[in-house]
This record gives sequence, structure tokens and C-alpha cells, in this order.
Amino acid sequence: MKKPMKIAIASGKGGTGKTTLSTNLSALWAERRQVTLLDLDVEEPNSGLFLNGTLVKQETIEKFIPVWNPDPCRLCGKCQEVCEFNAVMKLGTEIMVFPELCHGCYACSDLCPNSALPMAARPMGELIHYRMGKLDFIEGRLAVGEEQAVPAIKRVKEYQKQELPDSELIIMDSPPGTSCPVIEAVKDVNFVILITEPTPFGLHDLKLAVETTRGLGKEMGIVINRDGIGDDGVERYCSDEGLRIVARIPQDRGMAKTYSAGKLIYLSHPVMKEELSRLIDFLEAL
Amino acid sequence: MKEIVVLSGKGGTGKTSLTASFALLAGSSAVVADCDVDASDMHLLLAPVAEREEMFYSGKEAVIDNEACISCNRCLEVCHFDAVETDGTLYEINSVNCEGCSYCERVCPVDAITMKPSLAGDWYVSKIRSGARMVHARLGIGAENSGKLVARVKNEAKDIASKDSKALVLVDGSPGIGCPVVSSLSGANYIVIVTEPTISGLHDLKRLRELIVKFRLPSGCIINKADLNSGYTDEIQKYLKHEKMDMLGTLPYDEKITSAMVQGKSILEEPYSDSETAGIIREIWQNIQFKLGLDGE
Amino acid sequence: MKIVFTAKGTTWEDAMDPRFGRADYLLVFDEESKELSVVDNREQSQQEHGAGPRTAQKVIDVKPDIVITGNGPGGNASRALEAATLDMYVGAGEMSIKEAYDAFKAGKLDKA
Repeated sequence: MKKPMKIAIASGKGGTGKTTLSTNLSALWAERRQVTLLDLDVEEPNSGLFLNGTLVKQETIEKFIPVWNPDPCRLCGKCQEVCEFNAVMKLGTEIMVFPELCHGCYACSDLCPNSALPMAARPMGELIHYRMGKLDFIEGRLAVGEEQAVPAIKRVKEYQKQELPDSELIIMDSPPGTSCPVIEAVKDVNFVILITEPTPFGLHDLKLAVETTRGLGKEMGIVINRDGIGDDGVERYCSDEGLRIVARIPQDRGMAKTYSAGKLIYLSHPVMKEELSRLIDFLEAL
Repeated sequence: MKEIVVLSGKGGTGKTSLTASFALLAGSSAVVADCDVDASDMHLLLAPVAEREEMFYSGKEAVIDNEACISCNRCLEVCHFDAVETDGTLYEINSVNCEGCSYCERVCPVDAITMKPSLAGDWYVSKIRSGARMVHARLGIGAENSGKLVARVKNEAKDIASKDSKALVLVDGSPGIGCPVVSSLSGANYIVIVTEPTISGLHDLKRLRELIVKFRLPSGCIINKADLNSGYTDEIQKYLKHEKMDMLGTLPYDEKITSAMVQGKSILEEPYSDSETAGIIREIWQNIQFKLGLDGE
Repeated sequence: MKIVFTAKGTTWEDAMDPRFGRADYLLVFDEESKELSVVDNREQSQQEHGAGPRTAQKVIDVKPDIVITGNGPGGNASRALEAATLDMYVGAGEMSIKEAYDAFKAGKLDKA
């Protein structure tokens, strides 16, 4: 079986067009072949707003946290002692677990001398799988109030491996920034596309994203979105750093309006379709 | 002392540019906190001069001493985060994956594992162009953005405001709805949400609103780039009314904001300060101050 | 009655700390013995999450009847405090400890 091609679409700065690119790229590419798109921006998953398909599966994303069983418990406090995150505490005559603080390390559960803290599943979000034509789209959505994105991101990636093991092309819409949810989203891919806008904010955050991607040893290409709005700082930086600019999407009010209404841009704007077709050819050749 | 936190849910709505403008309007009566610590940009407009720099440690990471190690694999067995890597002889901790739970350290039969403090980033106290102080930070690459650094930045800003008798702490919050946002909400008096009239903007506004309701905090919304899609501008305004959130104002899409940014300025400054957009931003700020009883200070 | 105040200092004249989890000090006043003692809580400001429950634990260990604070505890701390039978009074965030005590006695504070 051929090893799948995995491409992440990331950025340092939010709002630079990750979702615009991932949805348009995936949908256009799926006109040629099967594509799997994973929306890993689980705090604010937006890809689904632009893609309409039939529901394949919907499931709860769970994390495992310890649950106190008072019967065997001797209130020795070992659980609190071994928890690094203040998620398990002995308060008076009860053991209290704070699910939002728990990282799911299993230490308290495994090390309890009386097996009084078995691990149990607790809902933390939703996973939804849609299909439209040759595009399989899987979204991870963190429940409001849940604070840890990483377990949800892991589950979506795992789901793809289990349910779509034969998919040869996987595109991952990652969260913005450079912290651990982004690392989780990007760490297993073959190629990272970093999308930015040609402004001082865009440049500043691109540099952080480039540092992150280099730190993971990943091959990358840069997409400049809203080309024309700011200055040439990003261009010059890419040139100085030997970074490939793999696509340029021009600033266009008409395209912005189409996006604002939740529609795929390439369907009504030939410039976008051409640019993305060129990008697809480049990626196919990798 | 009042605390205003500016959030957006969705990135790219103009939150940071607007917060920088508000900071300049507030002048030296405010202490500014840049809590958008993962890729923070406000300093690009406010030109901070650092007075103080501190390293920031958050959590722990495991370190294996291969001399002491007997290759028993206990650490590998207990780690739920795939942080122990080995070729059979040498064992190494993948620091990106390590969550610092210390489970491996506790079970190693020969004490070959130690936990060391994890350097997560740096934070700074600086003076900005308005004469005010700003607390800002840089989160390290791949660091856990657990909200602790956000909490530190905010607490420092509050302490400075307290010591210097400043009436306002103005916080540039993070995008999303996770830990860093939750951390920036605590202790706030008012939340300003900057959104855009798009399907994504409204979607993310709703999720953010759900979070804010849990904290029972009053909030208001600014619709930026309002002329992009009047249909969505209307829908957002209806939503705000329904949710009893304040409608703070609408701003047109204005390239001058970007032109000013390129020059390291806010649109409130020359040569853009007489523009319509600059005028609206000033009005919105007056509005916010009035709501918090900060005008006339 | 034993009363715990969330405080910024260690004496009656010092200010109340409006926060719970990251309050600098917990001042404990025993109305019978008229003793005022101090629990140093400043390490919590260095804490990541979990400051609330940790502080709640310290409060519970003191076995007070009443806790007086400013804004009230956050979600986790609230849950932690349910493990103890005590009453919490809020709204004293901008007062001194003495003023907060007087306000409580005069029935001017809200029960959380």
C-alpha cells in the first residue's frame, strides 16, 4: 500500500486564510481524486461552513479521566501527591477530581494502592465525518469550556487512520499559532504550507511559524494571501531565507465577499481556480 | 481599577490593531497587557522599550540519564504521551510530547529520570509610545499555551496598575476559546469582541459568547469590515440584540489600517488621524469608557 | 465563629484581596479567642491551573465557618469548597479587612 501524502496548512497569525485555502484546495483537488480533509482547528472549526456533504458518521470525542470510588479508598492522599496538575485533591473526607485540569496521564489511577480511581471516559467534543463526491471531510470540535485541544486533535487523526486507511491524500487545516496544538496537528505530515498576509503582523508571525516548522524538520512552502495589501516584507524574507512561495492569492473584494457568504471561491473566481490548480500540480510532483 | 479584555474568537478580525488604537487613546491612564502570547503582535504598533525581562517556567519535562538506565522499559510502558523514544539501547525524552506528568520518574526503578522545570517563554515590562507601561510575552515554540503565561502577564499588569494607581488594565486577548482565553477572562469587568461580517466570524462569535456567558461577564461587540457583507452585519446585530450584548460600533473595511501598520503606526496617527475610520474608533472608545464609568477620569 | 478573609496583607488595616484562588494571604479570625492568624498563599499566584482548588484545600484545613472574599471563587474552587460546610460572603473586594468584617456583621455582604 502506498504511503499517504500528508499536507498541513498552518500559519502563525490567525485569519490569514488557512480555512479558505484548505477548503478550496481540497474541493478542487477532489475533482481529480479522493482527498481527505481534517479540520484540526478544534477550538474554532470553520471548514464545515464552506463544504456541504452527506453525513457519514458523528461521534463524541472522549478523554479518560479518573473517577473516585469511595469504597476501597483509604484517603491516603497518594493520588494528590502524584498529580502534577492539581487535578486530584483530597478535601476533607473526599477525593475530588477536576476534569478540566486533568491531562490523562493515568498516574493517580495506576498508583492508587487501593484501586480507588478507575479511569472513565468523559465527553470533550464531537467528531463529524461528511462526504461530498471524492472529498471526505472530518471535523473535530472542542466543547465550549473544554480547554485542551490536543486530545481532540489526536482523535481526529486517529479516526482517519481507522476509518479511511486507504486515503492517499490527507490535508490538515491546523490551528493558528505555534504552541502545542499546532505541533500536534503538524508533526506527522510530509509538507507544510504556511499561509500569511503581506503585512508586518503577517511577517512577524510567519517567522515564528517557519521556526516551528524547521524545528520539526518539515519541508515547507509559503502561500501569500491577500497579495497586494501591505508591503514586500514577506517576499524579501522568503527570498532571504530560501523559502519557496508556492502560490499567491490576490486581494480581491469580490473574493472576500464570496468567502463572507460561506461559498467556495474557486467556483466563481477563475483567478483562484488557476492559482490553486498550479499549486495542486506542484504538490502532486513532490 | 477596571479591566477590559479584547477578544475575537476568529483570528484576523482586527482585534490587535484596534486594541493598540485603544491603548494609544487611553494614554498613560492605562496599563496594557498583551495576552495574545502565541504570536503576539501588538508590540509592532506600540514600540515598547523593555525595562524588565523575566524567563517563564511552566510545568516540567523529564530527562533520562542513560548511564543509570537499565533498559527495563518501565518508562515507555507508563507514558501516555509517546514521549519516550528508544533504539533499544539509548532512551530519550521527546520534549515536544512530554507533558511533565512525572509518571515515568516515579516508576523508574533506578532513579534514572529527573524532572526539570520547563522553560516556556519570556515576559517583559516595557514602556510604550503613549507613556504607559505594557506587559507582554513570548511563548516558546511548541510550548504549552496552558494559560499560565497569560495569567502571569495579566497579574503583572494588574499589580503595576495597582501600584501606580492606574484606572484601567487593557488586555489584548488570544483567539479561540481555549485555556489562554479562559485565563484572560478571569477578573475582567468588560469584554470587547471584535468580529467581521462573515459566516466564520458569526460562527466563532457564537462560540465565544457561550464561553463568556459561563463567566457571567458583560460584553459588547465591534463589527469590523462591516461593509464587506451587509447581510451578515445585520445578522450579527440581531444576534447581539438577542443576547443582550452591547453593539459598540461598526467600522468600514479601510486599507489605511494596513498602510498605517506597515509604518508601525495606528490609524489614529498622521497622516490618517482625520480619516472617518479614525473618528469612529475614537467614538467607540468613548462609548466603552462611558459604559465602564471611566470617562471624566 | 471562625472566619477566613482573602487578603492582600496580614493585618486588619490591610486590603482585602478580591480574588480567591490567587489571594495573597488567608487571614483567619477566631471570634472566641479573638486571635488573628495568617496563612501565606502567595505561591498560588505562580500556579498554573489549580490555584482555586489548592487554596480551597488550605481553607478547608483551617475548618472555618465563614469565608469572606471579593469576587467569589471560580468554578473549580467552588466545587472544592462544596466538600466543606461553610458559607461564603462576597462583595468585600474593595474594603480593608476590618471594613469587610464590619460589613459582614452588619449584614451588608451577599452570600455566594
